[in-house]
Amino acid sequence: MKIKNKLVKIFDAVINWMDTGKKTTVIFLAPYIILFFIFIVVPVVLAMLLSFTYFNGIMSPKVIGISNYIYLLTQDEVFMKTIIPNTFLFAIVVGPGGYILSFFLAWMLSQVPHKPRTIMALIIYSPSLTAGVAMSVLWKVIFSGDEEGFLNAVLLNGNFITEPVQWLQSPDYLMLIMIVVSLWSSMGVGFLAILAGLLNVNKELYEAAYVDGMKNRLQEIIHITIPSIKNQMLFSAVMSVVGTFSAGAIGVSLSGANPTPQNSGQLVLNHIEDYGILRSELGMASALSVILLFIILFFSKFFQKIFGSNE
Amino acid sequence: MALGINFNPKRFHKSQIKFFIPLIIVCIFMGLPIVYIFSTALKPTDELFVFPPRFFVQNPTIVNFKKLFSVTGTGIPITTFLINSIITTFLVVFCSVLFSAMAGYILSKKHFKGKNTLFEINKTALMFVPITVMIPRFLVISNIGIVDTRFAHVLPLLAIPVGLFLIKQFVDQVPNELIEAAQIDGAGDFYIFLKIVIPLIKPALATVAILAFQSAWNNTETSMLFVSTETKQTFAFYMSSILNVSNTVAGTGISAAATLIMFLPNLTIFIFLQNKVMSTMAHSGIK
Repeated sequence: MKIKNKLVKIFDAVINWMDTGKKTTVIFLAPYIILFFIFIVVPVVLAMLLSFTYFNGIMSPKVIGISNYIYLLTQDEVFMKTIIPNTFLFAIVVGPGGYILSFFLAWMLSQVPHKPRTIMALIIYSPSLTAGVAMSVLWKVIFSGDEEGFLNAVLLNGNFITEPVQWLQSPDYLMLIMIVVSLWSSMGVGFLAILAGLLNVNKELYEAAYVDGMKNRLQEIIHITIPSIKNQMLFSAVMSVVGTFSAGAIGVSLSGANPTPQNSGQLVLNHIEDYGILRSELGMASALSVILLFIILFFSKFFQKIFGSNE
Repeated sequence: MALGINFNPKRFHKSQIKFFIPLIIVCIFMGLPIVYIFSTALKPTDELFVFPPRFFVQNPTIVNFKKLFSVTGTGIPITTFLINSIITTFLVVFCSVLFSAMAGYILSKKHFKGKNTLFEINKTALMFVPITVMIPRFLVISNIGIVDTRFAHVLPLLAIPVGLFLIKQFVDQVPNELIEAAQIDGAGDFYIFLKIVIPLIKPALATVAILAFQSAWNNTETSMLFVSTETKQTFAFYMSSILNVSNTVAGTGISAAATLIMFLPNLTIFIFLQNKVMSTMAHSGIK
């Protein structure tokens, strides 16, 4: 007991000392800001700096101006012809596509009673918990290229196909499967934000609008629902952009090869890995990182234009 | 009766059927892969070889889990990895929640120069996707002396911009009068933070805890790149390395068991905290 009392006294004294003046502001902010700076700001700045150099990780970086960017835009055929179109296709279908889907799912969920809503929301949300979990084993079993593959077996049994399809090794299907799998796991935090927003819309707004002559559901969504949850919509949009670009490595984990078969599932992220880790061209990889950061910024700004401006 | 008043209904009405039908179809699509993982993990070896493959297991067994825990390619017991993961995850969850809460309190309730700039920078960082700058992150982590230590598992995951953002939005809801009253009574920042702010923002803390948990528990990257001593590697990394070697049909059951063990803690924690997450999300809007 004595020791405990002493400890409490020392603790109080320390807290009293820290509480005087503006020290707490600094003490409270410091841990977050230091970590934020080291692991987020520095890597981004470093990527920008290294993108102007030739750097192989062993010798010190040599400044070469914008040649990395010029090379990527003019010489790297795979990058311009396949990877950029792939990335935009993937990002647009999974980003805005998944986003619209999450809005409608949340909208429908908000109109059923509490219990079934909670259960269904949980089912729809739970695939996003598998992000990062090695789910590739599941997809490999389902889309396996031999007759043992689940999808092949089902299709063979139903006589839809006559011989097994190499789903994950075929350039025709890989992108489609990547998109389906990513959409499947895309109903994450953003989806929950929209749902929570919808449930908190003031019901009187709807009543008032119908008194004022609003006629149908579509008008209701456009004039009442979306404006009421605009802020959640923007948060959700940013989350969906981030989620989309974090999922970029999925093609490689599905097909088990980098580059993916005929580059069909190759996204910028895989190209960074290809240059940075497989070829040790860290300057070039950094230039790609910078390009990718700008693509992400572009998508986020696009959503901010839609939901942010007219407050 | 006006249409829109149906939002958040109290009980079932047949007009809701048009929402139930598409929702149930979506739920089946979303849920089936997860059910399949459960089913596969419980299949005995002979059922894994059945042609055509069965969806549901017929004679469930835990043999796959037993095999999983007896795979000792390296001679290191699997519990070592499990303990590493538990320690790492605990530290990440605790520290990131604490740091985000402290910073969120200051950003919401204190006035100082550069406060808005800081919040704007953090808002921009919401878009940050760590893996895009994997090369410079690698260089940073290799050069600050934490390679091959437990710090490498923890430190890079602690600053979560979404976490700070959500907590700050939530602290905004705490009335200033409450804090001013405590100040008049002579309470300092530490007291106010611990006794007034923390209890009121518990839902936001729970949400950040979930996000931190996911990033730490599922993290394989650190063990792959920065921690080469096997006894310091994480469970997630060990699981993913098993998945890569066992590509045979017989290995599928073991892999499914491993995937399930990785997935279940995520799901359980979310189910327990889902009410708190929903009330945090109601304040998640970006203005």
